[in-house]
Amino acid sequence: MSVPLLSVNNLTMRFGGLTAVDSVSFDVHRDHITAVIGPNGAGKTTAFNCITGFYKPTDGQIVLTHADDSVFKLEEMEDFRISQTAKVARTFQNIRLFGGMTVLENLMIAQHNRLMRASLYTLAGIFNTPSYQRAQKIAKEKAEFWMDRVGITDRADDPAAALPYGAQRKLEIARAMCTDPVLLCLDEPAAGLNPRESEELNTLLRSIRDTNKVGILLIEHDMSVVMEISDHIIVLDYGRKISDGTATEVRNDPAVIKAYLGVVED
Amino acid sequence: MSQNDQSISKVLPILKRSVVATFIAFFLFLPTLGIKTAASGGVDGLFLQYRWPLLAIGCGLVFFGRIAYELMSSNKEGKQQKQAAPSALARALGSSKVAKAVAPLLLVFGLIFPFLPSSDRYILDLGILIITYVMLGWGLQIVVGLAGLLDLGYVAFYAVGAYSYALLSIHFGFGFWMCLPLAGLLAATWGVVLGFPVLRLRGDYLAIVTLAFGEIIRVVLLNWRSFTGGSNGLSSIPRPSFFGLPFNQEPGGFAATFGLEYSSLQRIIFLYFLILALAIFTYFVTGRLRRLPIGRAWEALREDEIACRSLGINTVNTKLSAFAIGAMFGGFAGSFFAAKQAFVSPESFNFMESATILAIVVLGGMSSQLGVVFSAIAMVGGVELLRQLQFLKVIFGADFDPSQLRLLLFGLAMVLMMLWRPRGLVSTRTPTVFLKDKKTVSAAMISQGRG
Repeated sequence: MSVPLLSVNNLTMRFGGLTAVDSVSFDVHRDHITAVIGPNGAGKTTAFNCITGFYKPTDGQIVLTHADDSVFKLEEMEDFRISQTAKVARTFQNIRLFGGMTVLENLMIAQHNRLMRASLYTLAGIFNTPSYQRAQKIAKEKAEFWMDRVGITDRADDPAAALPYGAQRKLEIARAMCTDPVLLCLDEPAAGLNPRESEELNTLLRSIRDTNKVGILLIEHDMSVVMEISDHIIVLDYGRKISDGTATEVRNDPAVIKAYLGVVED
Repeated sequence: MSQNDQSISKVLPILKRSVVATFIAFFLFLPTLGIKTAASGGVDGLFLQYRWPLLAIGCGLVFFGRIAYELMSSNKEGKQQKQAAPSALARALGSSKVAKAVAPLLLVFGLIFPFLPSSDRYILDLGILIITYVMLGWGLQIVVGLAGLLDLGYVAFYAVGAYSYALLSIHFGFGFWMCLPLAGLLAATWGVVLGFPVLRLRGDYLAIVTLAFGEIIRVVLLNWRSFTGGSNGLSSIPRPSFFGLPFNQEPGGFAATFGLEYSSLQRIIFLYFLILALAIFTYFVTGRLRRLPIGRAWEALREDEIACRSLGINTVNTKLSAFAIGAMFGGFAGSFFAAKQAFVSPESFNFMESATILAIVVLGGMSSQLGVVFSAIAMVGGVELLRQLQFLKVIFGADFDPSQLRLLLFGLAMVLMMLWRPRGLVSTRTPTVFLKDKKTVSAAMISQGRG
C-alpha cells in the first residue's frame, strides 16, 4: 500500500497528571473511512484535537502526506494553518456554526482564504474588480454544489441557527468540504440524528469518500454508522489503542468486548 | 368570586413591585430632588431647602410609570409571538429595500441642509457635529458591531487623528488633504498597537483594557507638554482652504475670487460639505467591506472564533484588521475635528466621547448603517433639543432651567430604549450574499460577541 494519508506515531497528550492519550499510533489511508471508537473518556476527542491542532500534543508525530507527496508535520502547525495549508477540515461534537449568518454565508466563509487572495486582501474587492467578481461567483457555485449535495438548498437564505438539528449537522459537513480538504475529521457526526438521517449521513460520507477522494476520520458512538461504513476501525480505551482493524476484526476482538462489557447496546 | 380572586392575585404583585420601585426611587430622589442647598446670602453660608412637592411628583411618576410598564409587559406576555416580531419601524429600517430608498433621501437632505433658510451658524455646527458622530459610529461599528469586540477606548483614535493633523500641519506645514491619509494611517497603526495585547482577551477584560488604552492616550497627551502642549493644547492649527483659497476677507480669499460677499458662514458651509463627503466615503467603504470576505470573517469571528480557526481563517490578522480599519475612520474624523476647531486639547477626548460613540452604535443596531444615522441624530441632536425646552418653565415656574434636566431626560430616554428595543433601532441583520431572496436575520439568532 502507498504512503498513508495521515500517520500518527506515539501520540501522547497529558493534562497535568492525567494522560488522556498514551502513545497512540495509527494510519489513515486515502479513500478510506477510518473510525475511532471507544467508551466515554477514552481520549478520542483529545486525539482528534491534537490532529486538528486545537491541542499541542505532549509527544509524538502527526504526519500528513498529500497526493503530490508534500509532507506536513501537523504537531508543529497552528490550528488555522492545518486547515489552510495542510487541508485538514473538521466538524465539532457540539455543532459550531455561524448561527446569525445564512447557510450560504457559512459556506462562503469556508472559502475565505481563496476569496481573500482573489480580493487582493480587500484592495481589489473594494473596487469590485471583474477578477474578484469571478472568484465570488465560483465560490457561490461551490457553495451551491455542496448545499445540493447535502440537501439543504431550499434553506440557503435562512440563518444557520434556524435550521433543524439534522440540517445543521449536514451544513457543518458541507462547510468543512468547502475548504477543499484532503482529510475530513468528523467528531460524532451522527449524534442526535434519527435512524433515517443516520442512513442519509452514511450515503453522504460514502459518496464523499468515493467521488471526492477525501480521507475521512470520524469519532462515533453510533455503531450502526461505524460498523456499516468504516473501512478501518481504531479502538481506544483509557488513552491506549486496544484494537485496530476492519469492522469484523474489531467486533470479534476480545479486548474490545472487554472494554465495552456492560455497555453493549442491543 | 373566583374571578375576583384572580384579578386580585394579578393586581397585588404589580402593586407590590410598584411600591418597591417607588421606595427605591424615594431614596434616590431624596438627595437629588428633595433637598437643595441654597446660599442664604448671610453669614450662615449654605442652608438646606426642602422641596417636598417635587419629590412627591418624582415618586408618583415612578409609581404610575411602573404600573403602566407592568400592564404593558403583561399584555405582551399573552402575545409572545407578537413580541418576537420586530416593530413596523424596525422592520422597515431593517429591510434593504427601504434602506435603499431612505439613504438617498437622507443624502439629498444632507446636501440641501446648509441652504435651508433655517440653517444658521448654530444649526450648521450641530449638523457638522452630528455627521462627525455618524462617521465615528460607522468606524466603531466595524469593531463592535461586526467583529463583536467591545471597544471602550475608541476616542483614543479620534485623538490620534486630531493630534496627527495638528502636529503635522504646525510643524511641517502639511495641508489638510495631505494630513488626512497620514492621520488615518497613524490611527490605524495605533489600532494595531492596541489590538496586539488584547488578542486573547474577551468580554469584560477586553472592555477594561480598551478603556485603559483610551485613558493612557489622553494622559500622555496631557503630560507630554513639549510635544502636545499639555492641557493648553495646540492652537493656531491652519484651517483647511478651498483648493488653496482661504476663507477670509483678503483679496485672494474664497469670497473675493468667486465675487461673493464675505461671510463667516462660508467656511462653516465648506466644513459641513467636507465632513459630509468624508462621511459618505466612510458609508461606502464600510458598507462595501461588510460584503467582502474580510467583513464576513469579522462577523464569523463574532459568531464563533473556534469555528473560524477550523476553517483556516487567521483570527489574529482578522481581529487586528478590524481594530486597524475601525481606528482609521476614527483618525479621519479626528483630523477633521482638528481642522474645524483649529485647536485641540486633551479635554475633547475624554471617556464621555467613547461612551457617546458606543451608545450611538448600540442604539442604532450593531450592523445597520442607517440605524447609526438615526441614533446619532437622536443622541447628539436630541441632547441639543433638550436645551430648548423652554416651555417647561410654564409648568415648573420661571426659575426652572430645563437645560439642567437635559441629561436626566436623556437617561430616561435610554432606559425606555432598553425596555423597548434592547438590541438597537435596527436589530436585524441583512445577509451579505444570497441565493434567491434576501431575508433579514432576526436579532435572536445573532450572537453579540463575547469579546
